[in-house]
Formats: sequence, structure tokens, C-alpha cells
Amino acid sequence: MKRLLSGNEAIALGAWEAGVRFASAYAGTPSTEILENLSTYRGMTAEWASNEKVALDTAIGASFAGVRALACMKHVGVNVAADSLMSVSYTGVNSGLVLVSADDPGAWSSQNEQDNRHYARFGKFPCLEPSDSQEAKDFTRYAFELSEEFNTVVMVRSTTRVSHSKSAVEVEMPEPRQVSPPEPPPPFERRPKSFVLIPAHARLLHPVVEERMRSLAEHAETSALNRIEWADRQIGVISGGAAYQYAREVFAGFSLLKLGMSYPLPKQKLRDFSSQVETVVVMEELDPFWEDQMRALGIEVIGKEFFPLTGEFTLERVRSAALQAGLPVEPAVEVPPAVPVGAPPRIPALCPGCPHRSVFYSARKQKLLVSGDIGCYTIGVLPPFEAMDTCIAMGASIGVGHGIHQAGNQERSASVIGDSTFFHTGLPALANSVYNRVPTTTIILDNHTTAMTGGQGNPASGVPAHPEREAKRIDIEAVVRAMGVLAVWKVDAMQVKEVDGAIKAAVAHQDGPAVVIVDGECVMNQGWQRGTVVKVDLEACNGCSLCFRVGCPAVLQSDERDVKTERPKAEIDPLLCTGCEVCLQVCPRSAIYRPEVSLV
Amino acid sequence: MSEDQLARPAATNFLFVGVGGQGILTASDITAEVGLAAGLDAKKSEIHGFSQRGGVVESHVRWGNPVGSPMGEKGAIDYLVSFEILEAARFIEWLKPGGVVVSNTQKLIPMSVSSGGHEYPGDQEIEQSLRSRTDQIVLVEALEIAQRLGNSRLVNTVVLGALSTHLEIEPDAWLEVIVRRVPPRYAELNRKAFWEGRRTLA
Ligand SMILES: Cc1ncc(C[n+]2csc(CCOP(=O)(O)OP(=O)(O)O)c2C)c(N)n1
Repeated sequence: MKRLLSGNEAIALGAWEAGVRFASAYAGTPSTEILENLSTYRGMTAEWASNEKVALDTAIGASFAGVRALACMKHVGVNVAADSLMSVSYTGVNSGLVLVSADDPGAWSSQNEQDNRHYARFGKFPCLEPSDSQEAKDFTRYAFELSEEFNTVVMVRSTTRVSHSKSAVEVEMPEPRQVSPPEPPPPFERRPKSFVLIPAHARLLHPVVEERMRSLAEHAETSALNRIEWADRQIGVISGGAAYQYAREVFAGFSLLKLGMSYPLPKQKLRDFSSQVETVVVMEELDPFWEDQMRALGIEVIGKEFFPLTGEFTLERVRSAALQAGLPVEPAVEVPPAVPVGAPPRIPALCPGCPHRSVFYSARKQKLLVSGDIGCYTIGVLPPFEAMDTCIAMGASIGVGHGIHQAGNQERSASVIGDSTFFHTGLPALANSVYNRVPTTTIILDNHTTAMTGGQGNPASGVPAHPEREAKRIDIEAVVRAMGVLAVWKVDAMQVKEVDGAIKAAVAHQDGPAVVIVDGECVMNQGWQRGTVVKVDLEACNGCSLCFRVGCPAVLQSDERDVKTERPKAEIDPLLCTGCEVCLQVCPRSAIYRPEVSLV
Repeated sequence: MSEDQLARPAATNFLFVGVGGQGILTASDITAEVGLAAGLDAKKSEIHGFSQRGGVVESHVRWGNPVGSPMGEKGAIDYLVSFEILEAARFIEWLKPGGVVVSNTQKLIPMSVSSGGHEYPGDQEIEQSLRSRTDQIVLVEALEIAQRLGNSRLVNTVVLGALSTHLEIEPDAWLEVIVRRVPPRYAELNRKAFWEGRRTLA
């Protein structure tokens, strides 16, 4: 039967079909749904890890212990896991070990556009690259076989366009949701010469890795994953991943070599193909990963001098690049411009009822220098807060804040980090500030979930990936105190004055690091309701605009203006308001009020 | 190279746009499934970075045989299906000249307008922009219809009803997919909503 599946659903299904028994992931767009899907399956364990390195390490352990194992993450997550990844290449595997990296050309939801195919070359392991959901399923399933056959970790590289597009998949398996519990694994095979990387072992394993890459390259020559579609030989296009789909359309009628295995490359096949066409075009997202290797083989190609090096490919970008290169593809249909409207932007905002609001309202008011982190709260950089000055990578906020301090900067400053991010990579950074006795201020925004990616469980939430399993919630305050932080405030996120006061006191604290835990359940987990919808008394409101500074989508400018100041008065959108009363608390004239609810 | 080799694979291109939370991705999912059920190849693609937080959501659907790219080409979209009238105008460049716009008349005021600075364009300005591309504009009071039927979440079914009148696929084929995706107790309401959507054109 044909079913429409997203790339991520298909990856999960492929892993399932391969008999995966353990999967771990740290959430991150566009990879999150892989584990979300796996967690609905029975007969296996799917977990949210505290970070990507832990996800990979646990998968390595499961593979060593004799079950097929999967780790999933977004492209930047592989950076976090890279230390283990580079060395598990040496140890090899026992049962199949697959790492899914979901890259994000276009940086739709990421801090960069890095191309993770480089990891395959850098770390010396194979990389498979599906172009649609059918391949996402098939390649993932096959990756486990390849892993066992060549004793190596295998990377499956997806991209946003593959992970988040749906296309038809031939589903042969029965509904993969009901199976009996799996058999226990075989006894652990103790192989210290492979699994314990002391220098003496590593030195012996490195040549084995090089030999493995040679045989994988040989295998790539005949692999069905690298296929030639012969047609007009005036042009031969070499492509793969999402780019292949654009190539198929824009270069319809010309010859194509589709690389399903991104690394190692089938050198002879590339040479043969190139010698049989007049012009060779390489189309890849995003870096010249194949192009550079082909040039090193002495093959002349048209590549990144025309095709985009930055930003996601689209049909029109590919078409116009091909035309610029003078290639005989069909030009785009000329379309005259439409009359534009001045469309106001839809800037992302903290949700109505969001518990992060009070912190950024205060940070702005107190003019703090804020080293920020990644999560919903990164919206603090945008108007009306504009209260974030740095944001680099997950967990970086505390270290960067520490560094600003150690550089001798005397400004009032704080680091801001979410609960999931704190457990991800914030812990070692806080330990560093305690150990070095630096009076940093860390504000932990504890909304008890990983909200940015849709509300996954994490150690601060105690919510498991598998709805039927158990998980434990770790108390952040206890952790922080146990680490030796002496100045700790824990405040209710919805109490603006309390939050403001605690931040002020923490920033003033100079004897070692201070931590403010701002505690408030994510409004998504509260059914978007916190209390009674508030109203504005237009008599009392004088348009002072303070309530607009809480950046709430439910606080609107009304058409009515104050006669003296001529500024617009406030109005509350009753459909959006959750009754959190943050705006009510900042109103100096008590013009925003909670209406008496009559209990009829 | 022969003429027909040069021809682009024929595809029907849909672009669904609107604001996070409006049911856009469900509507595009359904449309893709209807294409597949009709024996065509179908693909859909979506971008929803900050959709939860009031951002713009866009989702492409393509029917064809076969479909390559899951996204259509700017200026070559056959059906621009919008859940919010301003978003129809924002994306009008994507429509091919003479293509079809199906838009909910609902207005969702962006925060950039409600808290100052920007202005929401007037009805005339929006209409002029849409008309500069096509005369085939179908405006549906989908929210009003949905509310009249008792559930504002029916908006996307109403919009799909309106869209379906432009396509050769039987209404029942749409309804089969729609009904399969909702809990049984909502099946009847969705049927009604779909037919109300179709009626807007009568
Ligand atoms: C290394 C890495 N992994 C994952 C992500 C994706 N990501 C960005 S923010 C975030 C979660 C943030 O959760 P939390 O810190 O609890 O903040 P919240 O969004 O709940 O406010 C994730 C998973 C990323 N950007 N980088």
C-alpha cells in the first residue's frame, strides 16, 4: 500500500523495519519527529537524551551490547556528539549503529547552515543521503545492514526539505505498533582491543579504518544507491538529496548520476559517467563536497561558481543558475510582477501566557547585558524587549557571561538559559563559574518542557518519550545548590515584581555565582489558559504604553486615543488572552483589570 | 533534444498559506492525500519554523506523474489557498497569471500592526494586488461559516470545499480523506462544512 509519509516518519519506519531496539535523540528541528514516531512503537526503547552526545553514547552502548541502535539529531547536534562520533569510527560496532543528521539548508530553524557530509569524510564513515520519503525509509533500513557489514557507524543525512516533506512510500510491513516484547540481547561480547581506545589500540585500529574506507569506496562503485539515469548526454548532472529533485525537473531529458551514498564516492563511476557526457554539472546542498573531490580527480565540472553556496535550493534558484551557466535548460516562464501590498511582517512573539515574558521585561527595564541561549526565549532579542546581546549555541550563555565578566566588564549582566538547555550543556558551564568563583548571574527559565521544538520531555520535566514508561523529574534548585551556588532565588514566573526583584538582587550579588530560577509551566501545557481574560478600563488608560512592552500578542492598540498624549490606549484580544495577568501587573494606573466572573 | 523531452513534467501546484494554528498543514496534508488516492503522484512540503508563535506558515502540494520537487516554482502556482486575506496578497507573486486564489476572508492582525509601527493594508489595496495577477478570486467567509456550524476549527474543511469546486476530483473522494482524519463524532460536521464551502461558489 502507498502511504504519504514525511521523511522523518519514513526514517522512523525504516529503522523499525530494520529491527532497531534502542533509539535516543535530543530534540531539534528538523529531526524531532523521528524519535516522536519511534516512541509510539512497541517492542523497543525510545528515549529523549539530555543532549546529543549522550544520545549517541547510549546508542553506542546499545550497539556494543548487541542490539541495533539509532541516534537522531539536528545538524548542530552532531557538533555536540562529535567527540564520541570521531572515535566510534575507530571502535566499530557490534550490532548496527546509525546516526541521523538532519541538516537545515536555509537555516529555517537553526543558528547556521553547516553541511554535515563533511563529518563523514572527517570521521571516516559512510554517509547515505535520501531524496524523498521512500528513500528515507529504504536507506535508513539499509544503513543498519551496511553498518554491520562494514563494522562502522553509518550517517544518514537528511535535510529540512526531505524531513518535512511528505511523499508516497510503499509500506510492506504490518502496522508497526503492536509486537510482543523483544528477546533479551545476547551476552556482552568483551572486545577491549576494539572497544577500549587506549593509544596502543587506537594506533592499531586506524589502519583498519583506512582499509574499511577503501572497501566501502569499492562497494560504492556497484551500490544500487548510486544510479545513472541515461538520457541526452549533452549534459550529465551529478546530484543527490533534495537537490536531486530539482535536478530531475530543471534538467529533465539530460543524463543524471544520483548519489545515494554521499561518501565515500565511487571514483571510477564518476570518471566513467563524466567521460560519456559533454558537460558535467554538480548540484549539491550546500558545500562543494562532491565538487571538490571531483576536481581532485581531475574532472572538470560546473558547480558552485553558479549554483548557490548559501541558502536552500529551489526550482527557480537552480533554473536561473543553470541559465547563467549557459546550460540549455528551459527558461522560467516570464511573469510580470504583481502589484505588491505593504504586507506587515509577522514577527515571532512569545505566546500569550508565556512564563518567559517577565524576565525580558525586567532585563530591558534594568538595561542588563544579556548573554542569551537557544530556545523560545531567544525571542527576547526581538522588539519590544530587545534584551539579548549574544546567542551562539546551546549552553553557551553561561560561559559567554563568565567570559564577559573575566574580561573585566563591569556592566550589570546576566546569562539566560532554559531548563532543557541547562541540562543539555549548561551544567558544566555553571560548575566552571562556581569553581572559578566568578560572580556570574544565571537566570534559568524553567517552563518544565522543551518548548521550542514542540514540548518534548527533558530532565526538568520528568515526562518520558514513551507515554507508558516512567521518567524522573530533577529539581533544578537542588542541583544548583549541590554544585555549590550559595545565592539562589526561586521565583514564580508570573509574578513580575518578584522576578524583577530577584534578578536585581542576583546581579548585585558579588560573592560567587548567583542563580535565579524563574519557575512557570509552559502555557502550551496549560491548555493556553491561566486565568480569567482581562479587560481594559478605557477611562483609566492614558496610553502610557507600558503594557505594550510585555510583548504579548493579546495586548493590542485600540482605536481610542488619550486626549492629552494622543497615544493609543490599550485593548485586550479576548480570544488570545490567557489571563496570565502580566500586563495587569505592569499597568501603573490599574486600567487593566480582572472582571468579576459571575457564577450563574 | 526533442520538444517533448524539453517539456516540464506537468504538475498541479498548490500553495497553502496562513498563520500558525489555522489548520493549514492539515489542509495541505488532505490535498496531497486526495491526489494520491486519485492515482496521481503527490508531494507536500512545509516550513513551520516559528509557526506556534504567530508566524507565517506555508505549505506546498504538488500533484503530477511523477512529481520531483516537493515545492512549486514562484510564478507557476495554480492554486493559492490562503487562510488569511493578507497572506493571500503576501504570496500573490507565487501564483501564475490567471491562476486561482481561494482565500478565507478572515483577518489576523499581526503584532507589528497591533502594537504599532506597521499598518494592515486596506481591502481595496489587497484586492488590487490579487487582481494584478488573476481574475479568478474566490473569497470564502470560512470563519463565519465554521462558527455558524458551531466549531471554528472547521475553517480548513470549508476552505477545502471551496477549493474542490475547481478540481475535477469528485467531492466524495475529498470527503473520504477528510472523514478518515477526524474523530467519528465530527464526521458529519465536516461533511456539512465541506458542502458549505462548495456552495460559496454556486
Ligand atoms: C545542539 C543543538 N541541539 C538542539 C537544538 C534545537 N533546539 C533549540 S532550542 C531547543 C530547546 C530549548 O528548550 P529550553 O531550553 O527548555 O527552552 P524553551 O524553548 O522551553 O523556552 C532545542 C532543542 C539546537 N539549536 N542546538
